[in-house]
Amino acid sequence: MLRLVISGALMSAPPVRIRDLHYAVGTRPIFAGVDIDVPQGQITAVMGPSGTGKTTLLRLLTGQVAADRGRIELFGESVGDLNKVGLYALRRRTGMLFQNGALLTDLTVFENVAFPVRAHARLPESVLRRLVLTKLEAVGLRGAAELMPSQLSGGMARRVALARAIVMDPELLIYDEPFVGLDPISMGVIVRLIRELNETLGVTSIVVSHDVEELATIAHRSYLLSEGRVVASGTPDELARSEEPVVRQFMSGAADGPVPFHFPAGDLAADILGRSQQVRGRS
Amino acid sequence: MKSQRSLEIGTGLFVLLGFAALFFLTTQLPGSGLSLGEQAGYSVTAKFDNVGDLKVGSPVSMAGVRIGRVEAIRFDPTDYRAVVSLKVESSFDRIPDDSDASIQTQGLLGGKYVGIGPGGSETFLKQGSQIEFTQSAIVLESLVNKFFANFASKDAGTDTAKAE
Amino acid sequence: MIGASLGRIGAVVLFLLRVLGQCLPALAKPRAVIHQIYNAGARSLIIIMLCGLFVGMVLGLQGFDLLQRFGSEDALGVAAALGFLKELGPVVTALLFAGRAGTALTSEIGLMRATDQLTAMEMMAVDPLRHVIAPRFLGGVIAMPLLVAIFDIVGLFGAQLIGVQLMAVDPGAFWSQMQAAVELDDVYEGIVKSICFGFACSLIAVYEGYHAPPTAQGVGLATTRTVVVSSVLVLLIDYMLTAAFLGR
Repeated sequence: MLRLVISGALMSAPPVRIRDLHYAVGTRPIFAGVDIDVPQGQITAVMGPSGTGKTTLLRLLTGQVAADRGRIELFGESVGDLNKVGLYALRRRTGMLFQNGALLTDLTVFENVAFPVRAHARLPESVLRRLVLTKLEAVGLRGAAELMPSQLSGGMARRVALARAIVMDPELLIYDEPFVGLDPISMGVIVRLIRELNETLGVTSIVVSHDVEELATIAHRSYLLSEGRVVASGTPDELARSEEPVVRQFMSGAADGPVPFHFPAGDLAADILGRSQQVRGRS
Repeated sequence: MKSQRSLEIGTGLFVLLGFAALFFLTTQLPGSGLSLGEQAGYSVTAKFDNVGDLKVGSPVSMAGVRIGRVEAIRFDPTDYRAVVSLKVESSFDRIPDDSDASIQTQGLLGGKYVGIGPGGSETFLKQGSQIEFTQSAIVLESLVNKFFANFASKDAGTDTAKAE
Repeated sequence: MIGASLGRIGAVVLFLLRVLGQCLPALAKPRAVIHQIYNAGARSLIIIMLCGLFVGMVLGLQGFDLLQRFGSEDALGVAAALGFLKELGPVVTALLFAGRAGTALTSEIGLMRATDQLTAMEMMAVDPLRHVIAPRFLGGVIAMPLLVAIFDIVGLFGAQLIGVQLMAVDPGAFWSQMQAAVELDDVYEGIVKSICFGFACSLIAVYEGYHAPPTAQGVGLATTRTVVVSSVLVLLIDYMLTAAFLGR
């Protein structure tokens, strides 16, 4: 008993621990028993084909949506049991980067990054200024501080959003599809930033993406989701060498495999030659 | 933050305008005096037994032409009559001082106004004059009462005649 | 259908309560509220004044024509003042507000929802109701009575323009009869109506924006709904309030 307590104290709970997660939208199950561990100070990738609910997973994790069954622990606290005040307290310790940046369109870049600070702390203006400019410098956009979001390119907007996500020095950073729609240069910039932030600040990071190649360069551990379950987990190397058909198809980008090319349809000859009335789709 | 500044000024202007409008609506409209441009003129008075619902600011006309307006309406406690002060425009300075003033109604539903009927005197009204001959407003209720009273007495007359 | 409508009404009322709860904290940041008073009020000023002028002029024309048949042109001031104060001012202003400011609010908030800005705020542990919705709601509620008052003034000016300057109604009669006929209660009726309409239009606008589906089509439909629902609600409340005031 004593040994358990001591070891419990020495080994702090992983920042994120998901156990037996079940979630359905209407009758359609999204997650049917998912277990995920995100170790402290490492970059964990969550991959999967489109539509597997990767973004939904993030919303469940941050308490925006309630799970049907299972336990989601964020910083050791069960997300499902918290009220709004508790949730907000947890969220203050996390930073989230959205797919499209989600900058507030009527504020300047500077004001956008300063937004969370102004909302939660009372800092003298000079201190705030230093803080914001430092974070902007970290993402390489200090010179753009007075621009409006509409004047930024997609990649730049995402970098500003990243600066905003780290301005409160969060313990956990969540990236929702950070590579989508970027040119190779901007992609390289984001990849570098994710890696540097993790290495210099030791911030635990979760990256949700389907970009296998980029993730392979930065992730310490990857989870592959398909059909509502974790079909594979391990280092990027382990996944690349996996023999599982689903994993093989995803990692190699094959058009057809366990995830079929054809949307369920009836008999081809009947459809095109109109020989008989077929019921479409799977029953 | 220049745009912030001009925004605040714009908002302040709007709020000011709005409150000024509200102020005007609540204080000036309901029944309190509103002075329109004062035209040069002279004041005369006229006493009436009953002014009806003649109001301050109502027009004063002669032969249907507006020559002035009602300036003030007061009550004389000595002879229990209303004292109406009329402001006549200075261009109309040849009104005989034996003219009469009567309170009339504009149209069917209209408000009251003061009509001046000319007399024949060679001397004219001037500042401070008093119009001697006045006719009070015709109050609808007394008219109706009179009518019915007349009717009733006619009936009584016929009945008596019949009885005889 | 009935269940859906009832549910919708309930949702709107619950939303109103949540927003009202955030109004006081929102006032702690007066800058944001002032910005929204500007958006809802100052920006609507031109259209309100223009329409007020035209409505007043039409009222002057029609009113004069009608009253002339009874020889009571002098009562034009009364007709104009009472018409504006009790009905035209609050109702027309509210309908114009719903069309201009209401749609702007709905599309702005709907767009913020569609681009994840509201979600981002929630993730930063900032309550969008307090920082985005409540200031906009307050802006509309505060701006509306002011807009109505300005509409009334400009409208009376328009009526006076036609009646006195054009149709030679006696200005003394115009104003004096108006002042005698207008009571403070009439002015209060207009003010109470304008506050209620401000509540209704602002609430519908922010509700539709906040709950709009995060697509271009969704925001467009929500904007249309704002105008339609606001208009119907305003006219319904107008009837109820008019009846209430007349019953006094």
